[in-house]
Amino acid sequence: MRFYEYEAKDLLRRHGVPLPQSRLAHTAEEAAAAAAELGPVVLKSQVLSGGRMKAGGVKFADTPDEAAAATTEILEIAINGLRPVGVLAEEKRTITQEYFAAVTYDGRAKLPVIIFSDMGGIDIEEVAEQHPEHLSRTHFSAARPFSDYIAKNAVAAVGVTGNDLNALTRIVASLARIFLQYDLTLAEINPIGRLDDGAILALDSHMDMEAEARRTHQALLKELGVDDDDNRQARPPTPFEIAAAQLDAADPRGVAGNLTEFDGNLGLIIGAGGGSLTLFDAVRQAGGHPANYCEIGGNPSVSKAAALTKLICEQPKVEKIAVMMNVVSNTRVDIVARGVIKGCIEAGFDPSEKIAIFRIPGSWEEEGFAILDRYGVDYVDRSVSMHEAAARAVAKMQA
Amino acid sequence: MSILVDENTTFIIQGITGREAVTMAREVLDYGSKLVGGVTPGRKGRDVHGVPVEDTVRALTERTRVDASVVSVPPGFAADAVLEAIDAGIKLVVVVTERIPRKQVAQFVEYAKQQGTRIIGPNCLGVISPGKSKVGGVGGANTERAFHPGRIGVMSRSGGMTVEIANSLSAAGLGVSTAVSIGGDAIIGSTYAELMPLFDADPDTHGIAIYSEPGGRAEYELADYMAQSGSKLPIVAFMAGRFMDEMPGMRFGHAGTIVEGKADTTAEKIANLEAAGISVAERIEDIPRLLRERLGETD
Repeated sequence: MRFYEYEAKDLLRRHGVPLPQSRLAHTAEEAAAAAAELGPVVLKSQVLSGGRMKAGGVKFADTPDEAAAATTEILEIAINGLRPVGVLAEEKRTITQEYFAAVTYDGRAKLPVIIFSDMGGIDIEEVAEQHPEHLSRTHFSAARPFSDYIAKNAVAAVGVTGNDLNALTRIVASLARIFLQYDLTLAEINPIGRLDDGAILALDSHMDMEAEARRTHQALLKELGVDDDDNRQARPPTPFEIAAAQLDAADPRGVAGNLTEFDGNLGLIIGAGGGSLTLFDAVRQAGGHPANYCEIGGNPSVSKAAALTKLICEQPKVEKIAVMMNVVSNTRVDIVARGVIKGCIEAGFDPSEKIAIFRIPGSWEEEGFAILDRYGVDYVDRSVSMHEAAARAVAKMQA
Repeated sequence: MSILVDENTTFIIQGITGREAVTMAREVLDYGSKLVGGVTPGRKGRDVHGVPVEDTVRALTERTRVDASVVSVPPGFAADAVLEAIDAGIKLVVVVTERIPRKQVAQFVEYAKQQGTRIIGPNCLGVISPGKSKVGGVGGANTERAFHPGRIGVMSRSGGMTVEIANSLSAAGLGVSTAVSIGGDAIIGSTYAELMPLFDADPDTHGIAIYSEPGGRAEYELADYMAQSGSKLPIVAFMAGRFMDEMPGMRFGHAGTIVEGKADTTAEKIANLEAAGISVAERIEDIPRLLRERLGETD
């Protein structure tokens, strides 16, 4: 779950990280008031996306009038399909040096890692490739309380010393503690700026909290004003996706959801994690156009599988659906078969027409296949591969 | 032979009275696995399919040899359960639980390493050495059909695809020596590269099939291992989630499956695997054929 810049900075402020003065503005008037108070400002779109500068989401203003005009413009610009929730008006300062600091997990070392560079403000992957001597990677234990010397090592490793070393050590150590305390998967400050007067401030910040840990940090999220159903996806959810999430949440038995909408015509009821990825690729490899991605797993009830099927069948763009899984270990084939047939009928369709293919081998498959036979649904067993089944469904769409 | 588990492996299930764990207990017993006990706090004295239930892990380890534990408890209790198993001296802990926060996984994985305990998972279906034992729910009630004893080692970031790949290897007559569902999280206890030395040392494993996905660096680690170790085992990889290359920032399938940078994409991973001499299959059914080719068994 990604935080807005103003929320990330709120966290930094709580932990004593020095920041420029700023005000969150939702309207041009609020931005003008902030500029009147702070003087010349930089106005930054509050949007859950990178690339703000390029998209015109960051502007400078010397007067309240300029701030109002710039804010009106910024609020109109969607970046990567996401609309800003406001504009952060921040006092404009003169920067003489930019640093980069991030804390994330290194899955290979299985430890958190501090990434630090004295070349802040630019793409860090580029720094890693072209100027590796300007970037340090410092692993630390997630099991022990964080110790400041680790942050010092990270900063000193790129050759920083003097006052900057001590100021940066405090900031990076706070960042590491925030990362651990709030179950973040990324805590980044880029850039950290040294100003003309020597002060060192956090100028921009990006933080992601692990979705699984949201419940643990409910109190904090409430203080920051983050709603429980604010899912902070990389793009805003569609009505189809929202409906699928609601029916998944309404019944705790098994998973029948995690739906992502696409613009094709073949509805997919696929599972589970890896099986869904494989089958989605298989449909596209065969020249098909999925209307959605989704996941069925565990043991959903008949009514839950039916509700998902009905929802997918009811989408105007969906011509047929394909019901496919890998060889399943605990999902009951007969329950899914019952569910998809019920959902089809409830949506007003003939299962034998609407279901292009049913390929779920595993427990209770004999019972499942008997039900499918009764309704004339085309099904295959494990002797037909996932890719062959997907190709058969796609061929029916083209017939 | 096999790796990690065999017919002599004794194990317990932590959280044995949970709905899914009760089913798992039935299935592993039916398969002939040596399930010697279970733990659910407050349920001491009960039994699950004849398996005694205790309040603590130590109560079981004090009276019998326990080689492994399967942790099947809700995410909020999982890290505690893993630490309990490690401190009771159990050397193989299979963590089935999904949705454990990453910090807790990093913490118990670090502790396990210090204590010499091997972790499999989290977010996995377990380990099976076909015909000998399975530790975890992999294969469900119809394990025999998908898992014929044989000579290919399987490692998969997806539990479901562990079974699908084993099924294709069994149908092709190659069979499986040991299959490990390694888990779908961003941090897992045992990666492909960390399990490879075990397969390298197993005379009955002649080749390896792996299932992989976008996100993480485990495939790069495997490629590095193959370059540095001198391992002679032919490996065929299947890469799912190719559509995700065009969808940065979106998470699909598993917690660890997300494209955040170029190195996370399937295109980049496939190129890296192939450069390390690992064959990449386009479809699941190509895996057995490619393995036979690599084993010099094409006719």
